[in-house]
Formats: sequence, structure tokens, C-alpha cells
Amino acid sequence: MDFTFDTEQHALREAVAGLLQRAYDPEKRRAVTKEDPGFDEKTWAQLAEMGVLGLPFAEADGGMGAGHAEVALVATEIGRVLAPEPFVESVVLAGGLVSAVGTPAQRAELLGPLAEGSSLVVFAHAEPGSRWTPSATAVTATQSGDGWTLSGVKEPVPSGARADVLVVSAAVDGGTALFVVRGDAAGLTRDGYRSHDGTRVARVALEGTPAELLGEGTADRTRDVELALARASVAYAHEAVGAMETALRTTSEYLKTRKQFGVPLSRFQALTFRAADMYVSLELVRSIALWATMVVDAEDSTPEAVLAAADRARLQTSTAGRHIGKEAIQLHGGIGVTAEYSVGHYTSRLTAIDHLLGDGAWATNRLAERVDAYGTVEALPA
Amino acid sequence: MQLHLSPEDQAFRDEMRTFFTTQIPQTIRDDVAAHREVSKEQYVEAQRILNEAGLAVPHWPAEWGGRDWTPLQRHIWREEMQLAAVPEPLAFNASMIGPVIAAFGNQEQKERFLPATANLDIWWCQGFSEPDAGSDLASLRTTAVRDGDDWVVNGQKTWTTLGQHADWIFCLVRTDPTAEKKQRGISMLVFPMNSPGVTLRPIELLDGGFEVNEVFFEDVRVPAENLIGEENRGWDYAKFLLGNERVGIARVGATKRMIVDAKQRAAGITSGGRPLIEDPSMRARIAQLENELLSLELTALRVVSNSSDGKPNPASSVLKLRGSELQQAATELMVDVAGPLSLASFADDDATDVPEWARVATPEFLNYRKVSIYGGSNEVQRTIIAGTILGL
Repeated sequence: MDFTFDTEQHALREAVAGLLQRAYDPEKRRAVTKEDPGFDEKTWAQLAEMGVLGLPFAEADGGMGAGHAEVALVATEIGRVLAPEPFVESVVLAGGLVSAVGTPAQRAELLGPLAEGSSLVVFAHAEPGSRWTPSATAVTATQSGDGWTLSGVKEPVPSGARADVLVVSAAVDGGTALFVVRGDAAGLTRDGYRSHDGTRVARVALEGTPAELLGEGTADRTRDVELALARASVAYAHEAVGAMETALRTTSEYLKTRKQFGVPLSRFQALTFRAADMYVSLELVRSIALWATMVVDAEDSTPEAVLAAADRARLQTSTAGRHIGKEAIQLHGGIGVTAEYSVGHYTSRLTAIDHLLGDGAWATNRLAERVDAYGTVEALPA
Repeated sequence: MQLHLSPEDQAFRDEMRTFFTTQIPQTIRDDVAAHREVSKEQYVEAQRILNEAGLAVPHWPAEWGGRDWTPLQRHIWREEMQLAAVPEPLAFNASMIGPVIAAFGNQEQKERFLPATANLDIWWCQGFSEPDAGSDLASLRTTAVRDGDDWVVNGQKTWTTLGQHADWIFCLVRTDPTAEKKQRGISMLVFPMNSPGVTLRPIELLDGGFEVNEVFFEDVRVPAENLIGEENRGWDYAKFLLGNERVGIARVGATKRMIVDAKQRAAGITSGGRPLIEDPSMRARIAQLENELLSLELTALRVVSNSSDGKPNPASSVLKLRGSELQQAATELMVDVAGPLSLASFADDDATDVPEWARVATPEFLNYRKVSIYGGSNEVQRTIIAGTILGL
């Protein structure tokens, strides 16, 4: 059992932190998120040059063959400066699915360019009218000759308008299959818009859109989707931890410098105690995020163990993110609600992360289903 | 980053688990698990078995019975002990005065006290808090005045836990009332509880038990050789002692045991025509509590794996703060599982149909309000976090 990162991992963290901290301060982030595609193409290309966009993919597929510990480090740095680049959305989630399900040819064709930064791949999965389900219903797939066509609407799809390639989940034969749709495919309409956290999401409408089946055969991929969403949730937990860290640090600094009644706010115990509680929340969620990453990375983890660890990370991320996000604004006062100041954007992003792949109440319900199936929760498997 | 215990630590955990579940008498472990009062004889018996096996004071220096364990192994030792419902080595001996004497006592004091302290041949109690010195401990007013070869002690201590069993007391006393800083005029004295002039008054707690006491000192003569360390340096020793007290205070193993118990009891109680454990809100509450506890356990593991120098880590305040809250949440859960049965709290065994676990639930819940107050109240912990960690 070891919660620490090794020298190489530290070097990676420092390189990524250096790049992202040069790329973003609150003002630069505001400027970048004002314009489409909501992130900085140059920063994305630099991340690709550094190898970050291929981290979790096998070397044979054009990746770096790293693990989720490395992914966690990158996600934390992304969160720390609220970098709007769709690392978790594209590399971890969409790339993770291709990696898990795609044929060798598809993996090489899709992951290589993704890792090089020349092709943005995203997962079009959410459907209006349902929430956080691993299966598809509104978008359906029909076989036509050798190929497939898809019809229906996916929304909201992160970076859906900018994406070069969409991995789309669709209902087929009572199950869910995964398809690859090119950005220039016929019958594909994408309406992108800005979300509250500065990122771009899209409505993706498919009307008899030609698509290529991802992987072999039309076996139900619900479980693959569930696992990919679980791994992405764990990465989001780290992004959220990075964001919470900055939100707390910004708040502590503010309490030390802002004066009211002739004294710094840090003289008021009513405020410092609340900051202390934020620290407690942060340390607890940091622990569970690191643990969940180790569960994902452990070779002998069962799919059930990965899903449970992700639910545990989701629950704690939701609880801590809401606590820290809301308190960060309140302890600042009115300035915290403004778009000109940084801290509120952290709350906005934490709220987005909470609702992208399943919030705390949703995770609680999943965990609650099993509470009488075991005695104690085992932190350290034998 | 590595999830699994190393083979050595895995073997260590198995060894601890086997020892605790086979070598400590079942009757004692049953009493602990059932939240019954543990007698002095039971504490002594358990600690002597542990000490015989080198498991009573592993965190002490090796020459006084300590083991060369890693912080992780100490953590495993403590957690397994709690999971097995073994009475832990008496904190006043093992975690408080023992390490202080080992670090600051003279050779004669070490030889005189440490072996007897490890083996619970001496039962120590703590003379720190006073009626007007709680969280503000440095305001203590009990005095010790030098008279020839003796110190003469006058004053009053309170919240002296299990003082009724104690042979000796370690006591903070004011030896320099003129010191500019009140912290600088305090010394640590040790003396027998049967010294002339010492009287003890038990204080009944909300659970009906007598766990704490007031201790009064009237011209108690303490030989000068019973001063621990240097005169007027007692505050440093007290801080050292309180830092140690906070290690292991998360009590994750004990809380885990309570949650397992609550789940089993909830399966046996009918609510709304079905077992209470099938109630969705009850399940959600348990799931959330388990997740909070897992987060705490992992944080404790993170703190121990990062504190190889053995110094108290400021993050230990997080463990104390959250650990006490979760212990309290678990006792509250038990009361809610018991529901109306919890009203039979003081019924005698032969006068009630209500099972024992439901009868002890509320007294335990009320008793456990103490855990967010002792060992540095949770408000003191927030002050430490805000000041030491956040720089506020």
C-alpha cells in the first residue's frame, strides 16, 4: 500500500503543471472560453507533444502505455487551473472506450491521431430525457447492407461540435452498441453552445447517419460503457480535487487580505472554522480519489470493484465539491459571484463535473443497493 | 502508487488478526463488543497478554518494549485490535505518560516506571483539566510549591477518566506563578493516588456510568524526584503528550465494528412491514456513512505512510475531527435502528424483553458526545487546521 507518486510521475506532474500554469491564469481562461471551441488549440497541441493525450493508450495503439495514476496527475493539474481542454472527456472517456472495445485497426486509426492531437474524439452518449444510464435508447442503429446508420439525438455532448470523430452509443437488438461517426458524415447536425463552466457542449442530431460499428459483433456494450464511465469518473474526481485545492487556497488568501471592520477577515473565527472544514472535506476526497485510481490500476481488480470504487469517488467528489464550491463563494462575499473573479468559476466547474457522469445521490443509490451484501468496506484488498 | 499491502504487511495483518482473535479471552472481547463496562481486572488481563507478546507498547523506544515497526504496521496493529474488540492498552499508560517518561524522564524514572507502565502494574490517570482550564489548559491553577525535598500540591483536577482505578496520577501543576507566559510556569509531577491529601469524587455521566472524576489535592507532599523532565517545561511535555494522544484517535476499526453491528440489527427489526435494512433511506444513510468512514480510513493510511519521522502530522487534526464525528454518527445510527426499543435503556436483564444492544444504544450515544470534546475539542482542531495548515 503506497499513496505516493514515483520520480517519473513527479516529473510528469511538474511538466504538465508548468505548461498549464503558463497557459492559464483567470483572465486567459476567460478569454479562451469566450471563443469556440472553448479551449486553446495550441495548448491542446502542446499537451499532445508532451505525450499527455496518449498517456493511457497502449504503445501499439500509438499511446504511452501509462496507467491511471498518470491520468490522475494530469487531471489534477487541469483542475487546478481550470484548463478547459477536454482531457477527461476525450482522452480518458472516448479514448478509453475505443481502447477497450475497438478492433486493433480501429484503435490504431483512432487513438494514434487522438494522441497526436490531430483528431478530437468524444463520446456522444447522453440523451435528453434520461440520466446517467450506461445504455442508449433514443438513438437507434439500423443495419443497411455492410454498414449501419444511426438516428436520434444525443445531448449534451461535451465538445460535440468541435469533435472530429464521435463515438456514439445506440440501441440495437434490445442492447447497446457503439459506433464511430465521422464529423463530416451525412445526416449529422451539430449545434454547439456554451455551458455555464465555459466549456462547449452540443446537440448532436443523427438522421440515417452512416456509422461504423466499434469492435467486433453487436454484443451488448452496456458493461463496457459503464466501466468507461467509471474510469472517467475517477479521473474527474482528480480534476475536481485540483479545482477544490485552488478554490480553498484562493479563499484562504482572500481571508488573509480582505479587511472589514478594520481587520482581516481571518480574524473572524466564524470564517476560519468554515475554511478548516473545507480542508477536511478536501483531504477526505483526495484520499478516496487516489484510492479509486489504485483500484482502477490494480491488475486483479474485478469490474465490480472498479464500478464500486468509482461510485465511492463520485459520492465523495459530489459531497466535497458542493461543500467547498459553495463555501468558497460565501467566504468571499459578493466578489465570488462575479465572472470577473476566479473563484466562482471553480464552483461552476465543480457543479458541471458533479453532473456529467452521475452525482452523489445517484452514486449513493447504487452503493445502497449492496450495503447488506458485505460486513465492512475493505480499503486494502488482500 | 500501490493498492495492495506488501506480502510482509499482509502477513503482519494476518498475524495481528490471529493473535487478537485467539489470545484475548472471548468474554472480554464480547463485553467490549456489547458496549458493556470493562472492569479493571479485564483491562489488566488484556494488557498483560498484549505486553507478554510485545504488543502493548510497540510505539515506545525499543529498549523499553517498543518494536521497530513502520507507521503502517502500527496503524494495522491498532485497527485490527479495534476490529477484534480487544480493549486497547490503557491510553494513560501506553499513549500518554509512557512516551513522555521515555522521552523526557531520567534513567531512574525510566527504570522505575516504564516496565510497570507497559504491563499495567501501575494504572495511571491524567491530571490535566481543571474546572476553569478546559480547552484553555494553560490557565490551570493547581499549584506546587517547593518545600525542602518535596513539592506541596494544592488545587483541583477534573474529567480524570477512570481515576477510581488509578494507582498514580501524572499532573500538570503551576510551579512559577510569576512566569510572563502562563505556559512557561507549568511543571509535570507524578505521585500515588493514595498520597495523603488526595481525594477523588466520581462524576456520574449521562449514561449512568462513572467514568470520570474530580480529584482534589490538599497539601499533598510529592518528593522532588517525582518531577518529570525540567521544572517549568511541563507545557512542552503536555503538547508532546496531546500530539501522541491524537494519533490513532480516528478509531476507524471501532466505528467499522459499530456499523456492521447496526446493519445486522437493522436486518432483524421490522419497520413498515419489512426489515429495516430494506428501507431505502436507511440503506442510503449507511452507504454514506460507510463512504465517509472509508475516506477517513484512507486519509489515516495516507498520513501514516507520509509520517516516517514519527512526529505528529498536523493532518492528524483531520483524523481527530472527522473520526470523532463518525464515531458519533455510528452511535446515533444504532439509536435510530433501535427506535422505541432504545427507551429501555436502564432496564435490568430480567425485567425486559428488549435485547441488550438496543438498551445500550442511547447511553452509548450520549456517552460518545465526549469524543468530540476530549483530546482537544473539535473546535481546537479547527483552530489548529486554520492556523497551522491554512495559515489563517
